[in-house]
Amino acid sequence: MLSIKNLSAAINGKTILKGLNLEVKEGEVHAIMGPNGSGKSTLASVIAGRETFEVTEGEVTYLGSNLLDMPAETRAREGIFMGFQYPVEIPGVSIANFMRTAINEKRKYLGLEPMTGAEFLKLMEEKKKMVDIQSKLTNRSVNEGFSGGEKKKNEIFQMALLEPKLSILDETDSGLDIDALKVVANGINLLRRKDNATVVITHYQRLLDFIIPDFVHVLFDGRIIRSGGKELAIELEEKGYDWVKKEK
Amino acid sequence: MENNSDKILEEVTGSDYKYGFYTDIEMDQAPKGLSEDTVRFISAKKNEPEFMLEFRLKAFRHWQTLGEPDWAHVNYPPIDYQDIIYYSAPKKKATYESMDEVDPELLETFEKLGIPLEEQKMLAGVAVDAVMDSVSVGSTFKKTLAEQGIIFCSFSEALQKHPELIKKYMGTVVPYTDNFFAALNSAVFSDGSFAYIPKGVKCPLELSTYFRINAANTGQFERTLIVAEEGSYVSYMEGCTAPIRDENQLHAAIVEIIAHKDAEVKYSTVQNWWPGDKEGKGGVYNFVTKRGICEGDRSKISWTQVETGSAITWKYPSLVLKGDYSSGEFYSVAVTNNYQQADTGTKMIHLGRNTKSTIISKGISAGHSNNSYRGLVKATRRAENARNFSQCDSLLLGDQCGAHTFPYLDVGNRSTIVEHEATTSKISEDQLFYCLQRGIDMEGAIGLIVNGYAKEVLSKLPMEFAVEAQKLLSISLEGSVG
Ligand SMILES: Nc1ncnc2c1ncn2[C@@H]1O[C@H](COP(=O)(O)OP(=O)(O)O)[C@@H](O)[C@H]1O
Ligand SMILES: [Mg+2]
Repeated sequence: MLSIKNLSAAINGKTILKGLNLEVKEGEVHAIMGPNGSGKSTLASVIAGRETFEVTEGEVTYLGSNLLDMPAETRAREGIFMGFQYPVEIPGVSIANFMRTAINEKRKYLGLEPMTGAEFLKLMEEKKKMVDIQSKLTNRSVNEGFSGGEKKKNEIFQMALLEPKLSILDETDSGLDIDALKVVANGINLLRRKDNATVVITHYQRLLDFIIPDFVHVLFDGRIIRSGGKELAIELEEKGYDWVKKEK
Repeated sequence: MENNSDKILEEVTGSDYKYGFYTDIEMDQAPKGLSEDTVRFISAKKNEPEFMLEFRLKAFRHWQTLGEPDWAHVNYPPIDYQDIIYYSAPKKKATYESMDEVDPELLETFEKLGIPLEEQKMLAGVAVDAVMDSVSVGSTFKKTLAEQGIIFCSFSEALQKHPELIKKYMGTVVPYTDNFFAALNSAVFSDGSFAYIPKGVKCPLELSTYFRINAANTGQFERTLIVAEEGSYVSYMEGCTAPIRDENQLHAAIVEIIAHKDAEVKYSTVQNWWPGDKEGKGGVYNFVTKRGICEGDRSKISWTQVETGSAITWKYPSLVLKGDYSSGEFYSVAVTNNYQQADTGTKMIHLGRNTKSTIISKGISAGHSNNSYRGLVKATRRAENARNFSQCDSLLLGDQCGAHTFPYLDVGNRSTIVEHEATTSKISEDQLFYCLQRGIDMEGAIGLIVNGYAKEVLSKLPMEFAVEAQKLLSISLEGSVG
């Protein structure tokens, strides 16, 4: 589904990703771990097409096409979803309005009729249950005055509505108490299918107690320096990042 | 001259004058320039009562003593007032035979606004099917109003049919001595609208100049007068979301509103005059004097405006809160893009006791434009317990544009409470990317964010207007980022 080869990327002239390789296939869940500042969010942004990052080298193929040629909105419409580490506030724009716009933009791109108000409401009700979101939340402005937990739940709610093929969730677990973490993890698990894939970026092994990854990668200084099964996460938790750094 | 106007009078009275201002008279143009003769010509042409001519002449003589105001934060080359044609009759002739001849860019904008085809034709100046002419739409509408005793007609028609009302109220809120442009308008105004709501009547329909599309062509010096008698209610909508191109560069309108005891008037405007091209060439200069008076106790007037057009906007819808417990509101969204300049705001003059005013102003600037808010809150000695809340927000798109806020306070009473809040913000790259990542393109993203920002004001507009205004905001800012 996603194939990253020798990817390098820079921001403001500073190289952050330094020759990164990653293969993600349908039905898989990958976890990317790594210390602060190692480039995890940068990787997510580059895959999502954020233009402030400059790709200086490498190739990214998504479902057989050159991903780097696509503008960000096309990538989204083609099924790439990014759960933001720091979801931004959009005052005055309700979640309902925001997501209806997003869904209908995608449908237009796919040559489908726009969803009517009634259809959209029905879809929202269905997905709200999945992430245990309160009804009134969707009338509020996007992320405005949300608690940390509400913001993260809202990201998963949006993911549920958009039904992406490839989701990259950037520290969706950070700042959550254990109950919220369970809700978020449960949502992610419910959305797991044979024909989609998820990349969870996390700092802590904790999330991986609830979402069982097929692969774990350690990102350090812009490169994946180690990959393995879920046991790698446990080992990391016990020995700390210094262990992989030394082994490198 | 004498001969000439005789001839015109004859034509006017001799032809079918039933519809007042849309009578078809060819050769209808005043000679270039402004003099007493021009004023007399216009008045004669419109077969006006004597008092109207007197008023015009007084205004003209006063205008001659005035200089153009220069305090606003706008720049434009000097206007040669002798190089303007002050009267040309409403044109009935279509400019184009079919839609194929109309500028495709304009048609695209109409599409985006969702304006029905027949209406598009009317706005673009394409010949319209007789059945679809606004007269038929207008007459059912008028019947409903007439049943309630509501008068809603063109200013010219009102001068013929209700001269006593015009005489009583015209110039009482905006006297011709008010300012340069008000004096000019009072001397040469071509037409406009008149609305009168009798005592206790709640107007069942949104009064909209849309129902008199013919009047759209009288635009250059328009005059509107709205009188709401005791306990009445009316919501009045002016303007049009479609971009209106006009060969007249100078527009100087007057709007006067009078609300008697317990009456409420809501006045909503969407202004989208031609702003000029991307370099700022051409475009309408819009110098407007709008003022309402809350004459009676507990009366209420609100101004809601969405300003996206014009090369230059100079406009301060104001309110005089005279009755005790009367209240005034001003909700404004002003968008400037490319080289547009807007200097707009409001004046709230508290005269009565326990009067209350609210000001919400949202400026949005993009391109090389300049957007200024200018507001005055004044409370006189008598205005005990006057209250004002003002919020002036500016949103900047890009770093070539400017936003300026000039709040003035003049409080002569210790019991007055005035609150003022102001913010300046930018659309962040974070917000744009968040939208892009959800599949919403750049234009859609800006549209969403800007509409969210302006929501507080847009929500005050009548429903059908609000939907169009939302689309209009997005369209006005197209190409302003990225
Ligand atoms: N906008 C930016 N400008 C300059 N440096 C940045 C910017 N964003 C991130 N960086 C730098 O890139 C590096 C990687 O950051 P990031 O991808 O956010 O790491 P992680 O998500 O793994 O904590 C850090 O050194 C960070 O300071
Ligand atoms: Mg990060």
